Amino acid sequence: MFDLTLLTVMAGAAILGAVAGSLGCFAVLKKQSLVGDALAHAALPGVCLAYLVGSAMGWDAKHPLLLLAGAMATAWLGMLAILAITRTTRLKDDAALGIVLSVFFGSGVVLLTYIQKGGAASQAGLNRFLFGQAASLLPRDVAVMAALGGAVLIALAFFFQAFRVLVFDRAYAASRGLPARRLEVLLTTLVVVTVVVGLQTVGVVLMAAMVVAPAATARQWTDRLPRMVLLGGAAGALAGAVGAWISSLERRLPTGPIIVLTATALLAASLLVAPRRGLLWAAWRRVRNRRRVRVENLLKDLWRLGEMDLGRFGAPRAVSDVLAVRAAPPRAVEDARADGLVRVQGPLVELTPAGLARAGRVVRNHRIWEAYLSRRLDIRDDHLHRDAEDMEHALDDEVLEQIDQALGRPAMDPHGRPIPRGMPS
Amino acid sequence: MKAGDPGAGMGGGLGGTNPALEFHDLTVAYHTKPVLWDVDLNVPEGKLVAIVGPNGAGKSTLLRAALDLVPLASGYVRVFDRPYGDVRARVAYVPQRESVDWDFPCSVLDVVLMGRYGRVGWFKRPGEKDRAAAVEALSRVGMAEYRDRQISRLSGGQQQRTFLARALVQEADLYLMDEPFAGVDAVTERAIVALLHELRDRGRTVVCVHHDLQTVAEYFDWVALLNMRLVAAGPVSEVFTHDHLNATYGGRLSILERAATTLLREQKGSMPDR
Repeated sequence: MFDLTLLTVMAGAAILGAVAGSLGCFAVLKKQSLVGDALAHAALPGVCLAYLVGSAMGWDAKHPLLLLAGAMATAWLGMLAILAITRTTRLKDDAALGIVLSVFFGSGVVLLTYIQKGGAASQAGLNRFLFGQAASLLPRDVAVMAALGGAVLIALAFFFQAFRVLVFDRAYAASRGLPARRLEVLLTTLVVVTVVVGLQTVGVVLMAAMVVAPAATARQWTDRLPRMVLLGGAAGALAGAVGAWISSLERRLPTGPIIVLTATALLAASLLVAPRRGLLWAAWRRVRNRRRVRVENLLKDLWRLGEMDLGRFGAPRAVSDVLAVRAAPPRAVEDARADGLVRVQGPLVELTPAGLARAGRVVRNHRIWEAYLSRRLDIRDDHLHRDAEDMEHALDDEVLEQIDQALGRPAMDPHGRPIPRGMPS
Repeated sequence: MKAGDPGAGMGGGLGGTNPALEFHDLTVAYHTKPVLWDVDLNVPEGKLVAIVGPNGAGKSTLLRAALDLVPLASGYVRVFDRPYGDVRARVAYVPQRESVDWDFPCSVLDVVLMGRYGRVGWFKRPGEKDRAAAVEALSRVGMAEYRDRQISRLSGGQQQRTFLARALVQEADLYLMDEPFAGVDAVTERAIVALLHELRDRGRTVVCVHHDLQTVAEYFDWVALLNMRLVAAGPVSEVFTHDHLNATYGGRLSILERAATTLLREQKGSMPDR
């Protein structure tokens, strides 16, 4: 299953992923994610020109070093073209990117077609640079990738702090003497080299995904840049190796696109499940909040019933009576019972000591907030309740203490009802 | 005093010490749009200076010109009598808060440590002394307990204080701040004012682009009124007058702006307006 060919391909793909995933973090944070796309497309004419020159000179026209040198040359020219366009004309970044991408890629396709139709038997196969042909990676190709990729990673480590300040606050960095422009050119040059590393594996068209997706994945899991860069590299390497392996299982699956899809699947999964930033977590937190509000409202209603019944807060009440106060769902009683805040006996429900304390706290929050709205913000009496209904669940003890102190620890709310005190938090 | 008068905008009294910051006949343009025109301004040492003017008056550009961040169409800037590049270590810049994307993955301490790089060099990692200095600067702005907090979870006032701590850690002689009071809460504002006064009392020079005319007299010693050209500059008590404010804020500079734009377009070879 894991023969040498497969291992070679997986190694090459993993190297590509590691380099693109690490460097991509800076491109993404700099909001220049699509520069990688433009530069990758700009590499195509270089590959073709290198082949033509090589053939004319009688060299081994398909040697990877030759073709990649050509790729790097035109990608670099593309970078210069983008800079020149934005500096000398009124066109902005996005227009410059679009222009460079189209012009260079168009020229590349013209050259490619010209070569394909040239008739020489050995030229077939240059179009593998469009979508990559990882399956045909040889150990010598992987060696070149490792050398270039290693150089990129070393440069990244060396210039890490400089890049970090540059991307975060360019004006400040420049004011401290950092050569901002030259560093930007260096960063983009590293993107060029990264693109070249990936050309044979995923091709010019899809290379952009390898620069963006692993970095975006990493951002979901950490708030620290060093960790993000490491995670980006790891995510990219994983996508590369796993993608290469998956495509080996079925003869007709193209490796490059499968690698890209794997990277994207990792990103989609991270968007959903990453702690704190993940969408699923956010949904779960919302559900949990709604439950808490349900329970606290029930406790409050039990308290109110106790208040109206000469202060017998702990007395058992009919469940239907309690639910009728605000047409609460019966689920609220179940949830409160599961939390140990009420006891249910047949058709009756009563507060436990813990429930009593919690109920008192919520009522206190509600009434102190009403006092604040009424006295400090001069809100009308009939507008207070709805606001307090929301706030009573959200205010934390610290803020509440501040408000309570500022109001002089009032005994009554604006409607003349007593504010519960002496409740343990 | 008018801007062109010999006594106007001269630093530290007549023929006194060298100004901390000297702008001479400064003209800056973005493509064909004039931003600063023939500005002459000397900022004396040891003063707390406000730069005020309407939107688009060139206030931020004036600071950026001092920091050698924008090309000059004419004139020069001297910092402590030298070109900026020679005295970089003595100048601390606090950019506008909104010029930065606060969703960047780093902590408050990371940002403040950026202020130490000039000292340590860009390639060595900051050491114990640097971290101690950073924590101390954070204490001075009341942010010590937030050192490990991700910067996207800070309020506006906290972000501003983080930027200030980064400047403090440089131990500079001249501070250039772009709208340090914009969008901060009252408590933070009072804290920042106290800090600026403390810097001034220790002999530092602080220049702030300031947006709130109400507080100029209360906070600052000196004021420079700017609207593409310098209207007036000097001690607040002398210069912050109705006439000067009218000249700065009242109405557009239609003649100067049109003439300047026409000149710039000609020089650039752009199409004329009509």
